[in-house]
Amino acid sequence: MSSDSHDVRRAPAPYMNPYLAGIGLGLVLLGSFVVMGRGLGASGAFSSACAVAIDAVAPAHAQGNPFWRDYLTSGVGHPLKEFLVFEVLGVLVGGFLSGLLAGRVRRTVEKGPRISIGGRFAWAFVGGALMGIGAKLARGCTSGQALTGGALLSAGGWAFMMMVFAGGYGAAWMMRRQWL
Amino acid sequence: MNAPFFKFGLFGDEASLIVAFVIGIGFGFFLERAGFGSAKKLTDQFYFRDMAVFRVMFTAIVTAMLGLFYLAAVGWVDLSLVYIQPTYLWPQIVGGLLLGIGFIVGGYCPGTSLVALATGKLDALVFVAGVFAGIFAIGEVWPSITGFTESSNLGRLTLPEVLHLPMGLVVFLVVLMAVGGFWGAGVLERRFAASAAKEEK
Repeated sequence: MSSDSHDVRRAPAPYMNPYLAGIGLGLVLLGSFVVMGRGLGASGAFSSACAVAIDAVAPAHAQGNPFWRDYLTSGVGHPLKEFLVFEVLGVLVGGFLSGLLAGRVRRTVEKGPRISIGGRFAWAFVGGALMGIGAKLARGCTSGQALTGGALLSAGGWAFMMMVFAGGYGAAWMMRRQWL
Repeated sequence: MNAPFFKFGLFGDEASLIVAFVIGIGFGFFLERAGFGSAKKLTDQFYFRDMAVFRVMFTAIVTAMLGLFYLAAVGWVDLSLVYIQPTYLWPQIVGGLLLGIGFIVGGYCPGTSLVALATGKLDALVFVAGVFAGIFAIGEVWPSITGFTESSNLGRLTLPEVLHLPMGLVVFLVVLMAVGGFWGAGVLERRFAASAAKEEK
């Protein structure tokens, strides 16, 4: 930090205490249960957007695949008028607001010191693709299965969560050059 | 009080989208507050350097679980109307493993990548493109792999049912596990910080 002494931007604020942030997150999740009768999610919105994009380019192809058709027939009159799509738009806004208030909005690349930006981008793409595949197989991601399913004591949600930690720790050593 | 409100028709489908947007703002706000817009902070979890992912996640799970359990116990929330995703055991085990590997390889999960994107992380933009590529790929082959993806469907299944224990006891055990985990997380962080310091000497 001291090397940016000529940087006029104010230093980013420290992160919130993890237990306080967890309580905040938990109350948002509880609010979703009480108001909507369902929990949070993220990957479903990606699928809806993907289905709509395919439908725009190749409608017959999209309608012929039940996986895309399911997303295209959901929503309030339009596949993008979906709970998760609007929730995810809120996530972007909420994340931006919090970052702005804390002085943490800046264009940067998150990586360890021993990897190039190009290398980091390549892994980010591969990791994202694995994440997309995994989330569809599991019918949810960290938000929908681990967080929501965890709080609802869902058996599948807990099995999923254990496997996420197993996968992360299992591959961490191989990935150390990217982060440490 | 009759909750979930939406299930009792207190507001309609169109209004539910506004509710979704507001819930999302809260979700994104606390994810960013916790530091989860940073791939470094997230992946530190897997090197025992900073166990914030575990702490935040389990505090959130315990908070929401205790709140819901209490509201159901006093009769304000009808738990049977809260949607629990059906368990597809093997697809969830394999999917969870792939997602965990994707987490340490890519640095984010889908929700946190959006928070990172909103705060200017360019690697999160590439990650999001990767998520779309992954979903596109599996969506295209989905019809030919339904033999696996639809397998081991156990329906709406909860831990109290699996363990044959009362829900209150399972809730208590999860709280105990979380508190034990919070203590263990601190021990692990100190141990790995000490060994890292020794290596540098």
